[in-house]
Order: sequence, then C-alpha cells, then structure tokens
Amino acid sequence: MGKLYEKLSQDIRFQEGMNACINCGTCTAICPAAEFYRYDPRQIVDTIQRQDEEAIEALLKSETIWYCGECMSCVTRCPRNNAPGLIIIALRSLSQELGYFTESEKGRQQLVLKRCIGEWILKYGYCVYPRELSFENHPEAGPVWKWETDNLDKVHERLGSNLDKPGPGVLRKIPQESLDELHRIFEETGATERYEKIEKFSKEKAGEMGLSDEEYFIKAYTFNNQRHQREE
Amino acid sequence: MKNEGKRRIWQEYQKEIPNDHYFYVRSCIRQNFFPASEVMFLKIMKDELGKDIYENEYHTTCSGIGYHSDVVPLETTMTVVARQFALMTEAGYENFAASCITSFGLYSEIMHTWEEFPEVEAKIRENLWKATRREFKTPKHLAHASDIIYKVRDEIAAKAKYKLVNRHTGKPLKVVEHIGCHYSKMFPSKGVGGAEYPYVLTGMVESWGGEIIDYPERRHCCGFGFRQYLVKANRGYSIANTKKKFDSMEPYHPDMIITNCPGCPYFLDRWQYAIAEMEGKTYGENGFGIPVFTYEEVASMMLGYDPWDMGLQVHQVSAEPLLDKIGLPYDPAKKYQGLHREDLGKPVKPGCLKVY
Repeated sequence: MGKLYEKLSQDIRFQEGMNACINCGTCTAICPAAEFYRYDPRQIVDTIQRQDEEAIEALLKSETIWYCGECMSCVTRCPRNNAPGLIIIALRSLSQELGYFTESEKGRQQLVLKRCIGEWILKYGYCVYPRELSFENHPEAGPVWKWETDNLDKVHERLGSNLDKPGPGVLRKIPQESLDELHRIFEETGATERYEKIEKFSKEKAGEMGLSDEEYFIKAYTFNNQRHQREE
Repeated sequence: MKNEGKRRIWQEYQKEIPNDHYFYVRSCIRQNFFPASEVMFLKIMKDELGKDIYENEYHTTCSGIGYHSDVVPLETTMTVVARQFALMTEAGYENFAASCITSFGLYSEIMHTWEEFPEVEAKIRENLWKATRREFKTPKHLAHASDIIYKVRDEIAAKAKYKLVNRHTGKPLKVVEHIGCHYSKMFPSKGVGGAEYPYVLTGMVESWGGEIIDYPERRHCCGFGFRQYLVKANRGYSIANTKKKFDSMEPYHPDMIITNCPGCPYFLDRWQYAIAEMEGKTYGENGFGIPVFTYEEVASMMLGYDPWDMGLQVHQVSAEPLLDKIGLPYDPAKKYQGLHREDLGKPVKPGCLKVY
C-alpha cells in the first residue's frame, strides 16, 4: 500500500465512504457540482480505488477536489454505499496536512476560510457574526441587508434578539469561560495545528508568488481564472 | 393494488419524535439572517403549546460551517459537539433539539460514527475531559426543530386563525417545500420520510391547508455549498444551482416556498434578487419574487402573529402578496420601525425586482 493511500485509509471518513465503487456514475449524475464545474466524483473515487500514488498526489494538488459543495446528495444515491462527499473531505484534510492545497487556486482559498469562519468560531463562538459581514463583500444580500446592517442593533432589538448581551437568546454574547473551553478543545484536538499549517503554507506560497499577505488573501477571496466551469 | 411493500418501506422512515422536554441549541446562520424565527419557535412551543424547551447561554456553534469549509478537523468538531451534549446532560435533559440542519446532520453523523467506532467515542470523551472537565450522555432523541413543529402541526392547526388557503378563491395555496440537504440525504432514517419522500414540511403544509407542488428539481440543493458561497470567487456555483431550481418550479406557479434549513431560505430569497438584477428575470407574479419562509414563520402566520414580529421585513422578496392571499393583516407603516416605534428609514428599492 502506498503512503498517500495509507494515510487516506486512516481517515474515518474514508473508511466510511470508500467501499467498492462499480463506476456506475450515479454520483456524478446527481451532483450539483458536476453540473457546474469540470468535476466528476466517479473519476475521483475510481482514481483512489486504483491506489495509484502519483494520481492521488495529483488529486491532492488539484483544483478538482475543491469543487464539491458537500451537500452529500451522492450519499443518498450510491447503490454500493460509497460516499464520494466524505472521500472528498478526507482528501481535503490530507491536502492541507501535506501543504499541497496551495498548489491550486481553489485550494488557496483555505486561508480565507480559516481567517473568517475559522477565527470567528474562536473569537465569538459563532461561525458567522453579523458585525464581521460587510455589504461590500456581499452585494447579493440586497438592499434589505444593507438597511439591516445600517440599523443592526435596532433591527435585532425589534426582532427579539439578545445581540452581544449576557444571558441566553439570539446572538447573545457567549460567556468568556465557554470561549476558553472552545480554545482548549481546539488546542487539544488538532484545529489549532491545522490553522497554523494553513497560515504557514499560505505564507510560503505568497512568497513564491511574490505577493504580500494582503494581496494573497484578496486574490484567494476574489480571483477566478474562469477555467473551472463546465462548458455549456 | 398490493402495497404492503410500500407500507413497510415507509415505516422505516418514520421517526420517534418526543413532543416535549428538549435542550435547544441555536443556529449560527439563522441567528444572523432569520433571528425572529428562533424567537417564534420558542414562543410557539412554550407560550402557545406549553412545552418545556430549555436553552442556556453556554452553548456555542457546533463548528459545522468550519468543518464543511474543511478548516476544522473532525476530531475537533466531535469534541465541540460532545460539549453541547455535556451541557444537555448537566441541565438534566435527554432530548436534544437543533435549530440548524448542518448541525443536525453532523450530530447524526457523529452519533452514527460513535456507534460504529466506539474507540472514537472513547477518544472524544477523553478530549472533552482534558479540555473542559465535562462528561456527557448521548441524547436519547435527536430532533431537528422542524421535526418538533411537524410533531405538533395538528396542535398548531387546532389553534390556527389562518390557513394556507387563498381567501379570494377558496383554493389551497400552491407550496414548494425545500428540505435542507443535510436533513436526510446522509442518514435517510433520521429524517421524517427519508431522503426520497421527506414529509417533514409536507406534513405541516397539508395540516395547515396548503397543497404541495412536485416539480422536477424538488430535491436539488439550494446551492449553498459552504465554500462555494462563502468565497466570493465561487458564488457562480451557488446562484446557478438556485436558478436551476427556480426555472424548474416556475411553470407550476408556486404561491410560496417553505424551508427547514438555515441557509436555504436566505439563498432562495437573496438569489432571486440577484437574478432579477443581473438578468431582469423574476419568478413571482407581476414582477415580484416568490416569497420564501422558514417553517416557524409559516406557523406564526397560521397563528396570526404580526408579520413584523416574526421578521418578514428582513426578507428581500416581499411577503405581502402572500399575506394578502391568506388575509393576515399588516401595517405597512410599521414595517421598518424599531421596537419603540422609531423610524429606521427604508431599504433602497431594487432596480428590477418589485417590492412593497
């Protein structure tokens, strides 16, 4: 057994999701990502099933493993109880573990996700926190959202939230002792280490690309080379 | 026709849902975008129906969006979830209610994994003890909040002042139901009706007088896709998937959409605005959009609450056409007022999508 395949097989998602693929393509037929991107979950599962180390390394460095939306529609349909969506999660984990994620445009987006969702979890106790969301980054949220964010405290007060205040309720201020527990859980279980790896490998890649930290971040957040989509 | 086989299959997708005594955990997305829905859930369950639903301030995100954005490792998410279970255990509850579908899917996945791999559960217990000195029991019953409203749908119908019926024609309203992917696509047996025939929202709509539309892309994802929306460069994926659904449902002329997932009502609402602005295309009647609701909003409408108390003013697609159809009164002058009737101004009107 090759090294990369061995590492993948240690991942519980891989053990749950990879049985015996019969290459029927049902996962690809049902997949929202396969309809939009140049993406074929059947091929990915088959590549791994062949245990071809070079091909697996190429996958870990590729754009394709980042196209899945993790909706898990494939799990429902696979006639052999494989879960391509879970295999993708295992591939993405390994890609970050080894630093291969910075080799693709879509993989480099991990820095953005770490610095937004990842850090908000620890800072606020929420994956999403309204004072961090800007209309500029979310024009699709519409003028109602603009009105809401311009009047954030008043709108939340009107709707019965407990925004940033002690006690239970919507968007309450999560007590410091609970945030401290989250921090300790992250330290204990590998999330802090994952965050540090994302930063370290991203910094190296930014240097290689001749970009400042800010330029690299903005590029990861906004740039699309327009070669990802399936042709009409 | 012999249908014993069908009945047996259907039986497999029934779910035991206690109708009382829950420890409640909130949803990150819903608290940001539909805060009043969670407020209304508790109001209906506690004040209207006299149920015991308990929450405390110490619970946090389950870290699910971080997990599905692939920045938070599974072991971390499992331990965060174990902490939520510990809070439930310490509060003396055995039934766990999640407001979020991403959370519900993760809780289901984690409990399933622990059953299959007891050594993983043991490791997570050890992690939790080291990090927090807490211990936990796994919930006896895990429910999504929509399961609970489904369970009490007839109690709500008995108290309802309004129905999902067009008061002008007397005909049932035509309703699109949209189930969050992580409700039942991963673990069909954990959702009412499974993945093929999810009945959780359909049951509510039927009980409250409406008629469900079956359209080709009924089970297609709303297009959130976690990173596919969160990162600006990827949002084409998200809007394209939403558009596919709307193009598919349009010929059936739905009066409204009901959802049970945190992200879905946001995307089905906001992308209608974006599609209108980008392509001049609208899906509702007379240049409006199709109103999109959470199940708590619909339950609140049936019970006759003020639309501005349940948060319909933070929808981009106007809810008023639907309110007019069911006959629920509203005061346009109060739509954009604060709690103390202060004027908060008004949102700018979109260029193409018609709004009230």
